[in-house]
Amino acid sequence: MSAYWKANQRRLAPWLFLAPGMLMFAVYVIIPIFQSMWISFYDWDGLGEATWIGTANYVEMTTDPNMRKSFVNNIIWLVLYLLAVPAGLFIAIFLNQTVGGIRLYKSLFFFPFVISQVVVGLIFSWFYAPGFGLFYKVIEYFNGTGIAILADPDLVTYGIIAAGLWPQIAYVMILYLTGLNNVAPDQVEAARLDGAKGWKMLYYVILPQLRPATFIAVVVTVIGALRSFDLVSIMTSGGPFGSSRVLSYYMYETALSEYGYRMGYGAAIAVVLFAIMMVFISGFIWKMWRDETER
Amino acid sequence: MFPRPIQQRSQTAQWVYAIALPLALILWLFPLLGVAITSVRPASDLAQGNYFGWPSYIAFENYADVFRNTPMLQYIQNSFIVTIPTVIGSVALSLMTGFALAVYKFKANLILFFMFVAGNFVPFQILMVPVRDMTLSLGMYNTYWGLALFHIAFQTGFCTLFMRNFIKALPFELIEAARVEGVSEARIFWYIVLPLMRPAIAALSVLIFTFIWNDFFWATVLTTSPEAQPITAGLSSLNGQWVAAWHLVSAGSILAALPPVAMFFLMQKHFIAGLTLGAVK
Amino acid sequence: MAPFVNAGQFLDVTDVWDGNGLNDSLASAAASMTIDGKKWGVPYTYYQWGIYFNKDAYKAAGVEAPGPEGVDWATFIANCEKFKAAGIDCLTTGTKALWPGAGIFDYMSLRTNGYEWHMDLTAGKIAWTDDSVRAVFAELGKLQPYVTANHAAIDWQDAAALLVQGKAANYVMGNFAVATFKEGGMTNDNLGFMAFPEITPGIPRSEDAPTDTIHIPAGAANPADAKLFLAYVASADAQTKLNAAIGQLPTNKNSTVPQDDPFLVSGFQMLSTAHALSQFFDRDAPAEMAKAGMEGIQQFLVQPEELDNILARLEQVRGQVYK
Repeated sequence: MSAYWKANQRRLAPWLFLAPGMLMFAVYVIIPIFQSMWISFYDWDGLGEATWIGTANYVEMTTDPNMRKSFVNNIIWLVLYLLAVPAGLFIAIFLNQTVGGIRLYKSLFFFPFVISQVVVGLIFSWFYAPGFGLFYKVIEYFNGTGIAILADPDLVTYGIIAAGLWPQIAYVMILYLTGLNNVAPDQVEAARLDGAKGWKMLYYVILPQLRPATFIAVVVTVIGALRSFDLVSIMTSGGPFGSSRVLSYYMYETALSEYGYRMGYGAAIAVVLFAIMMVFISGFIWKMWRDETER
Repeated sequence: MFPRPIQQRSQTAQWVYAIALPLALILWLFPLLGVAITSVRPASDLAQGNYFGWPSYIAFENYADVFRNTPMLQYIQNSFIVTIPTVIGSVALSLMTGFALAVYKFKANLILFFMFVAGNFVPFQILMVPVRDMTLSLGMYNTYWGLALFHIAFQTGFCTLFMRNFIKALPFELIEAARVEGVSEARIFWYIVLPLMRPAIAALSVLIFTFIWNDFFWATVLTTSPEAQPITAGLSSLNGQWVAAWHLVSAGSILAALPPVAMFFLMQKHFIAGLTLGAVK
Repeated sequence: MAPFVNAGQFLDVTDVWDGNGLNDSLASAAASMTIDGKKWGVPYTYYQWGIYFNKDAYKAAGVEAPGPEGVDWATFIANCEKFKAAGIDCLTTGTKALWPGAGIFDYMSLRTNGYEWHMDLTAGKIAWTDDSVRAVFAELGKLQPYVTANHAAIDWQDAAALLVQGKAANYVMGNFAVATFKEGGMTNDNLGFMAFPEITPGIPRSEDAPTDTIHIPAGAANPADAKLFLAYVASADAQTKLNAAIGQLPTNKNSTVPQDDPFLVSGFQMLSTAHALSQFFDRDAPAEMAKAGMEGIQQFLVQPEELDNILARLEQVRGQVYK
């Protein structure tokens, strides 16, 4: 035994180190993904017997107006959420100075990211509240009548995205601040001597060096946009009349909320969301794979 | 340095910057300041329509009210009871997985690594129904452990990514040298690698603490009552009872935000180091 | 209740009914607690819905406040025009949580086409695109311009505050709201209550009166004591005390209603003379239909011009829900 162990230690050790983590990850993450795919072919209320219905859930989706609305909103989320990248870069550049107290300023600008999205949602609900919300009052002051963003089916999604951008911009900002900190000073000076400044400098000299930061910023922003659940749940519960639904919330609503008990249909929505996410995850993994194997 | 240091610019530019900086900060944190002020605004002010003026007095009683009339203390305690084991568990597991994936060369290495990375990014919804069922059938629905076990497992994905990259950047010669000396693999892990991991452990711990403290989705899916609900879910259900009582909603929100904020300010260096790992090469 | 019973999640409590004379004292609720000839729970409370109004707001707009007998539909709508002129919301509600809007719809439906029709609608026997449904929405359309504008962004308690402050005159609500009105400073003197006005003449008056019930889960550890508790909650004495405390009505016919609470007294009177009682839209209709229906009602109250699309969508859901 001991001789075998001595001879094969280096071959066995990684598996022993991996075993507990892999077991947990498999049980709680990998296997449930396949279980969900399986459940998506059933009609099941979570209580009684499940009945196999083949692809009926997926067929139903194609004519489900709530599904379409959620999907469109997800795209709006995705596109507008990416504004966090340039906005975060802008603030990072604004703060990348060495004046007194700048460290504290940077931390305070980062603040919104540390706070739970539940709290962010409550803060913005208060901000938008009809009648006395700050935002409502400001609009009322300029416009005569206030706008109840969260009651307006056409504006509600934008109102929630604005709330989501607040912490997301802070996150991107901190990524870029770290990136800017590591920009090679000699290259900047050399470019300066060549007469580059402002936008040109940013575009040709700085941004290429910030590429790793930009990559991570885009990844976390895309994932964040598709995961948008907390804010929708806290601020509107998908309303008014489903106008602010996104796939992640609609899935929950269908399977677990007060009026939802359709585990099968919910699982099918989750599979669609998963498929969309996989497109981005694959791209991300592909890039990492390239970096790893190039080394 | 980019942009050009403000000190090298004209006097006017420096003045403008000195004014713009605090102004921008106030604008940026405006919603938060509003909530902070509302949290100490007496209910009578709100009733009389004094939403924006100075509070007629500083009403710390709002906070007292929150503690007296709601299970807030219990929620906060639950959050700690779920968060701390999760931090310990996921950091411990990922130290081992990260070590295995960083140090050993074997065929499935990259595949396994990318499985952890990809798993970390999947939408929660694809896990929701099976994880909830499993937690129910294990008898851990609406318990700390049900929630913490899931978090430990899920966070292992992100932590493995983090730890593996960190260990990969350590000088491999150390391990080689130890092997030549005949030191066993377990001892290499324990006596050579682990002591070098302190900054990584610190950074991950604060990050995971914040992530788990702020989790809302799983708190909603796996817990239902104040006995086990963490503060995010608690705050959400209190919000249902506190309609039109914004002074209480605000006080509750501030309370929920405090621990991660304190964590961030105390461990700022580690927090940012953890968050931005990979943002620079 | 049915989904839980059918999935075997509830304990059969027929013996509690038989052993404590509940078939007599809870006779009115017996049918709704019975599936497959067995009883599956006990009711402990119910409450009326109707219109609560602020008499001061009526005074401020120069409108005569209705007496206990209420007003007719034409007068109600005409009054709304006067409230509008005075800058007061004639009818307030907060539909953020959807169900308050369903209360308004229930009454439109019960008053336009009657209880039996309403039950057929929630049972999926009537097409949402049918003319009889359009008739209901036509009546609701008369009310729509006078409903609080941002109702979709506020909760029922926010709307209650509008009524208390006199910014709104009427509120279609359940009796549980009285506590909220009184906390806000209203008293029996300026808070009024009336039954929802008659719309189609000659239709017998039915009311929304949701009943709350208690059940024992099938896997309960101590069913014997749980049954004792159910028998206690069902008893006349316990229901008298319990409902006096929560401001609702007892389901046990031998219980008493506190005579110093005008809202409970008139509610009790109103319900005991009603033609029939419905449970509420989201209890009468299956969950999925209820959800879609309540969203449709909310949307109509915001965008009445979308009626055709709303009804088409509800009809599509009806096709999927009732199989």
